[in-house]
Amino acid sequence: MTAPVSIRNATKIFGDFTALDDISLEIAAGEYIVLLGPSGCGKTTLLSLLGGFLSPSSGTIEINGKDMGDVAPAKRPTTTMFQDYALFPHMSLRDNVAFGLKMRKVGKAERHAKAEELLDMVGLKTSANKKPHELSGGQRQRVALARALAVEPDVLLLDEPLGALDLKLRRQMQDELKAIQKRVGTTFVHVTHDQEEAMAIADRIVVMNSGRIEDVGSPENIYMQPKTIFTASFMGEVNFIPGTFESATDSTISVKTPLGTVELPEFECRGFTPGASVTLAIRPEHFRASTGTGPRITLGKAKVEDGSFFGTHHRAHLSPLDYPNMTVTAHMPQSAIIEPGAWVELTLDPTSVVVLHGHPPRPTPESAAL
Amino acid sequence: MISSRFSKLLSWSYLAALYGFIFLPVAVLVLFSFQDGRLPVPPFNGATLKWYGEVFADSRLMSALTNSLMVAIGSATVACVLGFCAAYGLARFVLPASRLQRGLLIAPMTVSYLIIALGLLTTFNWLGVSLSLWTVGIGHVVINLPLCFAIIYASMGDHQKNIERAARDLGAAEWQVMTQVSAPMLMPSILAAFFLSVTFSWDEFIIAFLLSRFDVTLPVEIWSMLRSGLNPKTNAVGSVVFLVSVALLLILELIVFRRTAKK
Repeated sequence: MTAPVSIRNATKIFGDFTALDDISLEIAAGEYIVLLGPSGCGKTTLLSLLGGFLSPSSGTIEINGKDMGDVAPAKRPTTTMFQDYALFPHMSLRDNVAFGLKMRKVGKAERHAKAEELLDMVGLKTSANKKPHELSGGQRQRVALARALAVEPDVLLLDEPLGALDLKLRRQMQDELKAIQKRVGTTFVHVTHDQEEAMAIADRIVVMNSGRIEDVGSPENIYMQPKTIFTASFMGEVNFIPGTFESATDSTISVKTPLGTVELPEFECRGFTPGASVTLAIRPEHFRASTGTGPRITLGKAKVEDGSFFGTHHRAHLSPLDYPNMTVTAHMPQSAIIEPGAWVELTLDPTSVVVLHGHPPRPTPESAAL
Repeated sequence: MISSRFSKLLSWSYLAALYGFIFLPVAVLVLFSFQDGRLPVPPFNGATLKWYGEVFADSRLMSALTNSLMVAIGSATVACVLGFCAAYGLARFVLPASRLQRGLLIAPMTVSYLIIALGLLTTFNWLGVSLSLWTVGIGHVVINLPLCFAIIYASMGDHQKNIERAARDLGAAEWQVMTQVSAPMLMPSILAAFFLSVTFSWDEFIIAFLLSRFDVTLPVEIWSMLRSGLNPKTNAVGSVVFLVSVALLLILELIVFRRTAKK
């Protein structure tokens, strides 16, 4: 079972705090949507509105074309998977998973069969008679998933479902969640503050900040073509270079920065006017060796300050010759030898540079590393 | 070295004195229930089970014992159900003046049993309710309800709140959440409240004395036996009362606290 969700102009106000500010979002049936943002951005509030635990101060929520305005959580075609799993401690796993069906007056034999089928799907068939306290965190998480799916909801709401797991288990469960979602076809709405988790799992990511939607798109789009400075910095490490928009020709635009004037391909232009404040966002991994193929531009020479080895790459801090107060973070090849004090050329592929409106909120231009 | 041995001796004798103070009266009571003679006073003449035989053969004592059990179990059940409902309402919903309501529910704990009994006696007279085991049971609900409420309310945490939310999300109506999720989850504290209430009701004298007429509970029956003087039989029935209380506490310890420890 699956259904589309439509959120129109949803606003939620708690006292004098606006948790959600005029949110509109269309979610297709069977889509895996991740609501991503820092704590307090409103993502959990939005999930609670979908689940019916809160009602919007204004705006509407429709699931499968039906207005959910006065529908209680129990009557909605949604179920929620809670961060602390919220399993029933006094019931066996079978009874936990079958609980929703029992509430729907499904006969004992039928609901037990269904529960066992779902426990089988999450790999816990042999533990059906165990109690939740006998399980590990990852197993409890699977039971919570099976319990929420047992009633065949149209929309499954996941509230930081992997938050309590350790890193390795979290990566493993991400893959399982995604695989199970593809199998059952239910619309999943998943809340997290972990951008790696979001990218690994989502069909579409909704980046939220201060009660508003900053950006919506596929993980690739959000990461490589962020629309705002907030999205660019939240999605991973990024260098922000403030500048001024100078001019545009048919094929290129030019931006004046403390590191010189940078010529970029025209398709990056998003309605900038000459003289406007802009910021160049450059991911650390986009610095390239000058000898590679494809177009190259340079931001001048930079001195290596320090570096550390991350397995897949070296992460180095560089200070540009033209603007030594700025620190640029760059990923250099595994095989590179990082010598503090050495000079390197800041070369990059111009198509990987993103031009954003405005300047980063920090007073001094520096790396916006998280 | 000597001072440390001395202080050790001192602390051990303090411990012995403490337990002696608490348990000596009970030990004496139990010892002289086996007295082979007419008076439960020293010297101890030798052991016999004759008085226990008389206790169990005494139909008035036995019916008082049955009455006591009925009142204890009945009033404890009612107190637990009411206490659970009150705790659930106050812990889970935003209610007007909830602090005041909590205070009012616990307040009877601070009132002496004598005052509660007098108040109930006046009320029953005014309403024209004749005194019986029912009125004793109502009195015991009044004294045990605050206890049940306090124990169950204290065990209701936010973690369980989320579990109840999950149950509602899966389609459970409010009464189903209460009976199938909250109550089983809180069973250790509900059982603790139940067994403590049974014990208090079983031992209670003043309310049982003032609010009963023809059918009486065991403490009241023992009191009327005492009016005709000391007798090893009263010791024997007292020992039975004590034994039942100990058994209840053991059940509480074994079932409830062991279950809690396992989790």
